Amino acid sequence: MAANMNPQDTPAIEFEDVVAGYKDFMILNNLSFKVRPGSITLLIGPNGAGKSTVLKTLFGLLKPRGGRITLGGVDITAADPKTLLARGIAFVPQGRNLFGQLTVMQNLELGGITLGMKTARERIPEVLDLFPRVRERSNSQASALSGGEQKQLEIGRALLLRPKVLLIDEPSIGLSPLVVQDVFKLLRKLAAGGTTILMVEQNVKSALKISDDAIALESGRLVLHKPASELLADPHIERLFLGGAIETRAA
Amino acid sequence: MNKRNVVLAFLALAALLVAPHFLKSYGLYLLTYWLVFILATMGLNLTVGYAGQKSLGHAAFFGIGAYTVAIMMKAGLSFWLGLPAAALLCFLVGLALGFPALRVQTIYLAFATLGFNTAAWLVMRNEEWLTGGTFGINNIARPSLFGMSLDGSLAYYHFTLGMTIIFAALLWGLLRSPWGKAFTALRDNPIRAESLGVDIRGYTLLSFAIGAAYAGIAGALFASLVQFIDPAPFTVGSSIMMYLMVVVGGPGYFLGPVLGAAVGVVLPEWLRFAQAWYLFVFGTAVVLLMIWLPDGLLSIPDRLRARREAREASAARSAAAARHGGNA
Ligand SMILES: Nc1ncnc2c1ncn2[C@@H]1O[C@H](COP(=O)(O)OP(=O)(O)OP(=O)(O)O)[C@@H](O)[C@H]1O
Ligand SMILES: [Mg+2]
Repeated sequence: MAANMNPQDTPAIEFEDVVAGYKDFMILNNLSFKVRPGSITLLIGPNGAGKSTVLKTLFGLLKPRGGRITLGGVDITAADPKTLLARGIAFVPQGRNLFGQLTVMQNLELGGITLGMKTARERIPEVLDLFPRVRERSNSQASALSGGEQKQLEIGRALLLRPKVLLIDEPSIGLSPLVVQDVFKLLRKLAAGGTTILMVEQNVKSALKISDDAIALESGRLVLHKPASELLADPHIERLFLGGAIETRAA
Repeated sequence: MNKRNVVLAFLALAALLVAPHFLKSYGLYLLTYWLVFILATMGLNLTVGYAGQKSLGHAAFFGIGAYTVAIMMKAGLSFWLGLPAAALLCFLVGLALGFPALRVQTIYLAFATLGFNTAAWLVMRNEEWLTGGTFGINNIARPSLFGMSLDGSLAYYHFTLGMTIIFAALLWGLLRSPWGKAFTALRDNPIRAESLGVDIRGYTLLSFAIGAAYAGIAGALFASLVQFIDPAPFTVGSSIMMYLMVVVGGPGYFLGPVLGAAVGVVLPEWLRFAQAWYLFVFGTAVVLLMIWLPDGLLSIPDRLRARREAREASAARSAAAARHGGNA
């Protein structure tokens, strides 16, 4: 394999023939792809294609039934979230993921539980600097924040870990366009700093603009893996948004 | 803690120190009894209220703690050896009881813990060589502390009060730390908790083990308080009563057990005049409470605050809207 020949080419993330699903229902069928270190890779596809399943499997919330997942060449196929967090992966799942009964601050501290409290408390102010709306509410109950504020807090909570690999599932949902642009700029900055980002996003056009590569899934299979710029230039790009067939199926 | 809470804590402490001087010996006994149950149900509140694990076996730990101290003291060992032994034994048994919780939850977990309680009770009743069976163990001594005898009921009350405060403070320290918040996270959503790196297996087991250790300590204090133990106070019925105390006080509220234990221990004594009606009155009160205050008595201040904040927020909004309307 190329990965063995040139260590610089070791992918940040690699799926090799991964099979994963829920109970007896397999969603990912022999999925293989690679993500380059320090890149933003956009994962697209219609609803139910298995995008979130990819992230959940990568993060150890679902155990793969087959295949291999490696992180910088290290096998992490059977690892649990705690181990993966220690290895520098952070995950911002789809939807709402805060603890509503706890305060904003307590949510942040919990997010830093694997760091040790001293480090976590040192880093919290930096994270709050990124999200002034969240800072204003730092003593409120998390459930009292608006949807967009909650999402910002979630992203901040993941950044607390200064992850090497950031998995982020539909961050733009519920955020106003300006905040989306801020978040995208932030992601670009993180990638420039060497963070590898794997993002699912329905806001495909703006997301492609900040991405390096794009992967499209359909029914758990890889149907496309291209540089983002190429896809942006593709006249058929609209069809991807609609979740129709990508290559051939005509209207 | 804010200023108001500090003042309230001092007032409560003053009341607890002064009250005994106005009480007859039975009143003092009851007050000590209440403290013992506060300690026991604070442990259960961690398991049930904070970590969300439905445990109906708490009285078994209370019993294991009581019997450990009683048996060790009968063997000539010191109370001060028996107390940590009771806590440690309960911690370990609690850890073991936590394992079913890794597999089953809710009502199924409740049944599993209930089965454990029944088994423990049968051991207390049937293993006469160890526990004295239905005759129990009597003449359990009270300890002394730094050469001071704790035999008198006032001395033992002060001792129990001190122990309750120390262990309550330890639990408070744990619960307000981020590690303590992990218990709440576990209750609210185990998958989210796991995603943050909370070791959910470890925390589930710990919530049982620490809760059980508190029951064990309370049980040890109980044995020396009543000085005679038999299997009767450690039945499944007692576990259900303890669960009820947590629920009535307010599960997940730190001081919930203080109120819950008062309702479960002291109120029955006051309601003695009602005699045969007592259980009926108590049962009805619990039913009504669960309908109106499903989060327990201590949720009242939170409810009032939420209502006030909502009112203020909507007043502010309509004032802002009126300003805009005026400009248009
Ligand atoms: N917890 C679950 N149990 C059973 N099936 C599930 C579960 N979660 C997802 N699925 C199924 O797996 C398939 C893929 O779901 P997934 O969440 O990965 O899709 P997605 O591509 O992220 O879609 P969306 O764009 O709607 O977020 C869907 O058919 C879904 O019904
Ligand atoms: Mg999804």
